[in-house]
Amino acid sequence: MNPTAGDPVVVLEGLTRRFGTAVAVADLSFAVERAELFGIVGPDGAGKTTTLRLLAGVLPPTSGDARLFGISVAREPERVKPQLAYMAQRFGLYEDLTVAENIHFYADLYRVPRRERADRIERLHAFSRLGEFSDRLAGALSGGMKQKLALSCALVHRPALLLLDEPTFGVDPISRRDLWLILHEMVAEGVTIVVSTSYLDEAERCDRVVLLDRGRVLAFDRPAALQAAFPGRLLSVATAEPRDARDRLRDHPAVARATLFGRNLHVQLAPGGSPEAVAAALAAAAIPTEGIVAIEPSLEDVFIDRVAGSAVS
Amino acid sequence: MLDPIRLAAMARKEWIQLRRDARSMALAFVLPLLLLLFFGYAITWDVRDIRLAVHDADGGADARDLIQAFESSGYFRVVSRLDRSADADRELEAGRALAVMAIPPDFGERLRAGEPAPVQLLLDGSDANTATIALGYADAIASRFGQQVVLRGVRIDPPVEVASRVWYNPELRSRNMIVPGLVAVIMSIIAAMLTALTIAREWERGTMEQLAATPVHRLEVVLGKLVPYLGIGFVDVAVAVAAGVFIFDVPLRGNLLLLAAMTLLFLIGALGLGMFISAAMRSQVLATQVAMIATYLPALLLSGFLFDIASMPVVLKAATAIVPARYYITVTRGIFLKGVGVEALWAQGLAMIVFAAAGLGLAAATFRKRIAP
Repeated sequence: MNPTAGDPVVVLEGLTRRFGTAVAVADLSFAVERAELFGIVGPDGAGKTTTLRLLAGVLPPTSGDARLFGISVAREPERVKPQLAYMAQRFGLYEDLTVAENIHFYADLYRVPRRERADRIERLHAFSRLGEFSDRLAGALSGGMKQKLALSCALVHRPALLLLDEPTFGVDPISRRDLWLILHEMVAEGVTIVVSTSYLDEAERCDRVVLLDRGRVLAFDRPAALQAAFPGRLLSVATAEPRDARDRLRDHPAVARATLFGRNLHVQLAPGGSPEAVAAALAAAAIPTEGIVAIEPSLEDVFIDRVAGSAVS
Repeated sequence: MLDPIRLAAMARKEWIQLRRDARSMALAFVLPLLLLLFFGYAITWDVRDIRLAVHDADGGADARDLIQAFESSGYFRVVSRLDRSADADRELEAGRALAVMAIPPDFGERLRAGEPAPVQLLLDGSDANTATIALGYADAIASRFGQQVVLRGVRIDPPVEVASRVWYNPELRSRNMIVPGLVAVIMSIIAAMLTALTIAREWERGTMEQLAATPVHRLEVVLGKLVPYLGIGFVDVAVAVAAGVFIFDVPLRGNLLLLAAMTLLFLIGALGLGMFISAAMRSQVLATQVAMIATYLPALLLSGFLFDIASMPVVLKAATAIVPARYYITVTRGIFLKGVGVEALWAQGLAMIVFAAAGLGLAAATFRKRIAP
C-alpha cells in the first residue's frame, strides 16, 4: 500500500453522488498526479463542492469510488484523512477561539508532536503574517486573514494532499495573490493540491484543470492545451454598444458565437468567417466599433464554448 | 483506538467555547440554581391556614367551641363571619374563603340532647388536592370534637389505639421530599439541554464539516464534548445539594460519595441523551425543543416527583421504567432522607448504568462524520 512516486495521488473512478433524484456529480473519472496543482473549474452548481467533499471523505459517494494514495475513500474514509487536509468553502474554524487556539486544536487532532509544533507554527506565521494576531478571536479576522488561518490549520500537519474548496472566495485581491503564492510554494515542496474555483483567471494558474458543468466533466487537460484546442478564431470587438453588436452578430453566418466580456464582445468565427465579414456586418447596422482584433482564447472563452457545446448536444 | 490527546483537545476546545458564551454559562450555572430556588419555594403540599368562613346560626357556647377547635388546629383560619347562609356562595366564588362552615340554629340543643348534630361544610373543589386535604382535616377535627362532647368529663381508654409515627420525615414537611426530587428533575432537563446544542451548533456553523475531514474518531468527539458538561453537571448538583441543606434545611443523612457515584452515572446518561438528540436533529432550535419535551414532562410527571408511581395506571407505570429521573429521584431521596446505602439502591444503580450506556451508545451511534448519509 505504499504507492511509488509515479502513481497518481488521486484517482476518481466513476465517482457519482446523488441527493434524492438530483445528480450532484455523475461518473467523474480522472487522475491527479503527485505535486500537481489541479483545478476543478465550473460555475455555481457544477458539482465542485460535492466533488471535494467526496474526496475529503465527509460525504459518501452514491456509486463509484476515489482512491487517494491507493486507499478507497468510499470504503475507508478514515484511513485517508490523516494524510490530507480539506478546507471547506465556508469558514470552518471556531470563531470563538483565538488564532493560536484554533491552530493548536488542529495540531492536536492530527497528533503533531509538541516539540515540532513551535517550529511549524513559526513557519506558518511567516507566510500568513498571523503571528501578531495570535490572541485575536478568529471571528474578528478579515476575510483574507480567515482564509490564511484556515490554510494554516490545514497545513499544520504537513499533509501530502490539500483539498481546497474556493479558497479565494470573498477574499481581497492582495490576499488572493498571497494565497496563490503559498499554493505554488506548497506544490514546489511536493504537495499535491486540488483546488476548486469559479475564477477562470485562477484556473489558468493550475497545471491541469477539469471543467465541470452540471456534475459532468466537460474537459480535462492543461489550460494551454484547452486554449489551443479552441475551435475557430477569436476576435475581440471594442464597441460602445456591445449589446446591440452581440444581437446583430449572433445569427450572422460568419459568427459561431458572440459573448459579452465586460465592455467588449468576444466573437468566435464560424468556419469560413473572417474579421472583415464581422466588421462589415456591424458597419451595415451602423454600430460604431473602436477596433476589432484577433486574440488568444482565455480559459473563460474555452469554458463558454464547451458549456454551450454540451448544452446543444 | 481512542487517543487521549485528541480527546483532551476536544474537551478543551469545548470548554473554551462554553466559557466565552454567556448564554451557555447562564444555562449551565445560573438556571439550575434559579429553578431550584423557584420550585423549592413555590411547590409545597403542606396545606395550612385554610381560609374558612363561618355562618354561625346557633351562636351558643358549643358552636363557639367548635369554631375554636378549627382555629386552634392550625389548619384553618377564620377569615369572615357570615350573617346569612346564602352569603356562602359569594365567599367561595370570590375566593375569599376556601371553605365555609354553616352551623345550624339547633346545633347546641341537639348536642345537649345527645342527638346527631350535623354541620355543613362547603369546599371550593376547584383545587381538588387542597380540598381533599382540607376535608380530611375538617373530618378529623369534627370527630375529635364529637368525642370530647360525648365523653365530657368521663375518661375511658379505647380498646384499640393506633400509635402512628412517621419515619424519615417526621414533620411531614413536603419540602424534604421536594428538594431532593427537584435536583433530579432539574438536572434531567439542564443536562439534556446543555448537550442538545453542542453537535447541532457545529453542523449549523459549518465547523463540523471541517472537523469531519480530520482523523478525529467520532467517539473522541462525543466523549470529548461530554467531559466539560460532566464537570458542569457535577458542580450544579453540588450547589443544589448545598442549597438543599443550607437554604431549605433538608436533612442529608446518607453517604456523599455514593451520591456522587450515582450522580456520575445519571449525568452520563442525561448528557448522552442530549447529545444523541443533537446528533440526530442537527439543528439547535429543533434539538432544544426535542430535548425539552423528552426530559421535562417525563421528569416532572413520570418520575414519582409529583405523582406516586405505584398509583399510576398500568400503561403509565410501565412508561416510568424508561424515565431515568425516576431512578435518580429514588437515589436522592433515599440518600438525603433515609441515609440508605448501596444495599438499598443497587437496583437504581444498575438501571442508571444501563441508562448511561444507552445514552452514550445512542449518541456515538448517531453521530457521523458525514454531511449527508
